Amino acid sequence: MSNVLAVLEQRAGALKQVSHEVLTAARALADALGGSVDALVIGSTGVDATGLGAYGADRVTLVEDEELSLYQPDVFNEVVTAQVRAGDYAAIILAATAMGKDLAPRVAARLDCPLAVDVTAIDGSGGITVTRPAYSGKAIYTAEVTATPCVISVRPNAFTPSENAREAAVETRPAPRPDLRTRTVRVNEPAGERLDVAEASIVVSGGRGLKGPENFKLVEDLADAFGNAAVGASRAVVDAGWRPHADQVGQTGKTVSPQLYIAVGISGAIQHLAGMRTSKVIVAINKDKDSPIFKVADYGVVGDLFEIVPRLTEEIRKVRGG
Amino acid sequence: MKIAVCLKRVPDTETRIKIGADGRSIDEDGVKFILNPYDEYAVEQALQLKDSAGTGEVTAISLGSSASQETIRTALAMGVDRGILLETDALPLDPVPIGKALAAELGSGDYDLIFFGKVAIDDYSHAVGTIVSELLGIPSVSAVGRLEIADGKGTAEREIEGGVEVVEFSLPAVLTAEKGLNEPRYPALRGIMMAKKKPLEIKPVELEEGGLSVVELSVPPARPAGRIVGEGADAVPALVEALRTEAKVI
Ligand SMILES: Cc1cc2nc3c(=O)[nH]c(=O)nc-3n(C[C@H](O)[C@H](O)[C@H](O)COP(=O)(O)OP(=O)(O)OC[C@H]3O[C@@H](n4cnc5c(N)ncnc54)[C@H](O)[C@@H]3O)c2cc1C
Repeated sequence: MSNVLAVLEQRAGALKQVSHEVLTAARALADALGGSVDALVIGSTGVDATGLGAYGADRVTLVEDEELSLYQPDVFNEVVTAQVRAGDYAAIILAATAMGKDLAPRVAARLDCPLAVDVTAIDGSGGITVTRPAYSGKAIYTAEVTATPCVISVRPNAFTPSENAREAAVETRPAPRPDLRTRTVRVNEPAGERLDVAEASIVVSGGRGLKGPENFKLVEDLADAFGNAAVGASRAVVDAGWRPHADQVGQTGKTVSPQLYIAVGISGAIQHLAGMRTSKVIVAINKDKDSPIFKVADYGVVGDLFEIVPRLTEEIRKVRGG
Repeated sequence: MKIAVCLKRVPDTETRIKIGADGRSIDEDGVKFILNPYDEYAVEQALQLKDSAGTGEVTAISLGSSASQETIRTALAMGVDRGILLETDALPLDPVPIGKALAAELGSGDYDLIFFGKVAIDDYSHAVGTIVSELLGIPSVSAVGRLEIADGKGTAEREIEGGVEVVEFSLPAVLTAEKGLNEPRYPALRGIMMAKKKPLEIKPVELEEGGLSVVELSVPPARPAGRIVGEGADAVPALVEALRTEAKVI
C-alpha cells in the first residue's frame, strides 16, 4: 500500500497543465511512502503521453475509446475504481477541476474510502497528512488520513510542477463501455479564445469601479498585453450582467491561485478575497486608499483606473517587446 | 413529482473565524449561521419544478445539530412542504460518511429528484450530492447552472474550464446547484408564519467517523504586508519594475 495513482486530465488529446501538478504531488508522496507512481489518462485515442516520465510517472496507462472525447463520469469512475482494485495504492490523486470535483466523490463512494478535496499540501512522512482550506480560505484544516486508499483532489496551482525524469513504461488499453447513467453530449465553447480564470497564470479582474461593461475593454487590453492572461470579475459586475458568471472570482465564483492577480476597481470584499487570496502576487488598482483590497495586495497603486490601466498596458507591451 | 432538497447550516460569509478551544473546530460563539447560499438555488429549483408540475411535494432534509431546525424552517418559509432533521452532534471532515447517512434516508423516500447546493461554504467538500448519487446508483450532475426536466428526462448544463458541458440523464437523479441556476425567492411574511406549522420530523442518526482525522484547524498566515507603489499613472513604471525584479512574475 505505498503506490500512488495519478489520474490525469486531457482535452482534445493534449494533457492539461494541471496534470503535471498532479504528477508532481503524486511523485513526492510516493517517494515519501517508498512506492511508485502510476499515471492514468482516460480519453479518446491519440493522447500524447510522451513526457509524463519527466514529471515522475513510473508507468503510464492510456485507457482509450474513440468515442470518449468528452468526460463521461460513469466510464471514468469504472476505469479508476477497477485500476485501484487491481493495484496496491495508498492514494489516488487528481486535480480539483470541474472534472476532478465531479469524479473524486464518485470514486471515493464506490471504493468506500476517504476523500480529501481541494488539498494544498500533502505530507507523506508519517502516514499521509493533508492540508486544505475551509471557511472560504479563512481557516485551514490539517487532517490525517486514517484509512487507505484515499482519494485526494489537489487545488490547481497549489503544487509547482517539477521535473523528476525517469523512463516511464506506457501501456494502452481499450476503455470499458458501461451503461451511461449520466451522458455528456457536448461541450459548448465560448466564442473567445481566452483562458479560464481558474487555469491562467495571470488573471486581470475588473469590478464596479469600471463603471460600465464597455470599459472592460481596458481590462481585456491589459490581459492581452500579458499574452495569455485571463479576465476575471467581481460578483457585483457579474450580477449587473456586465460579465458572464464563468468569470466570477470569489466565494460564489471561482477560486484562483495565479502567479499574478491584478484587481482593477475592486474593493476587496471578504467574499472576493476568498477566491484570490492565495494568488502568488496581488496587485491592486483602486482610487480609495482605504479600500480593503490594499490589505492583501503586495503592490498597490492608488488613483483613477482610467488613467492607470492604459498606462500599465502600454508599459507591459514595452516590457514584453510587443 | 416528489423532490428532496438537502440543506446545510453554515456560518455567514461575513463571519470572522475564530478557532475553538479544541484547536480543531471553529468557535461558534457569536457566529451568525445561515442556510448555505448554494442550497438556496437548490430550494428554489425544487419549488419551481413542483409549481410547474402543478402537483407534488418538496421535502427539505438537513444533517446536523439540533440548531439546523432553524435552517430547515428557512426552507419551509420559502415554500418547502415538510422537513426532516437527521440529528447528529458533529459532522466528520470526510464527506463519505455524510453521504452515507443522507443516502440511507433518501433511498427510502422514492424521490424523483434530489437537489443539493454544489458546495457548502464551510468545509468546501463539493462532494456530498455526488456521493449520494453513487451510493443510490442513480445519475447525477454536479454544479448545474441550467436545467430542463421533461417526460422523466433531464438536460443539465455545467460550467467547466473554458466551456459548458451539456449532460443528459433520466430520473430519478441527483443535481447539485450552481449560482445562476435561478433567482432564489425571499421568504414572505406569510411563508414565515406558515412555516411554523409545517411538519418537521427529527431523527437521530449515528455517523461513521470516516477516514480523515482533523489534527488542527488553524488561521492561515497573514499575507506579508504589501506596499503602495505610488499614486496615479506616474506610479506605473515603478510597479512594472517591482513586478519584474522583485516579484519576478513578468
Ligand atoms: C453570499 C455572498 C457571496 C458573495 N460572493 C462573491 C464572489 O464570489 N465574488 C465577489 O467578487 N463578490 C461576492 N460577493 C459580493 C461582495 O460582498 C461585494 O459586494 C462585491 O465583491 C463588490 O464588487 P466590487 O468590488 O466590484 O464593487 P464595489 O465594492 O462597489 O467596489 C468598487 C471599487 O472600485 C473603486 N473605484 C471606483 N471608481 C474607480 C476609479 N475610477 N478608479 C479606481 N478605482 C475605482 C472603488 O474605490 C471601490 O473600491 C458575495 C456576497 C455575498 C453576500
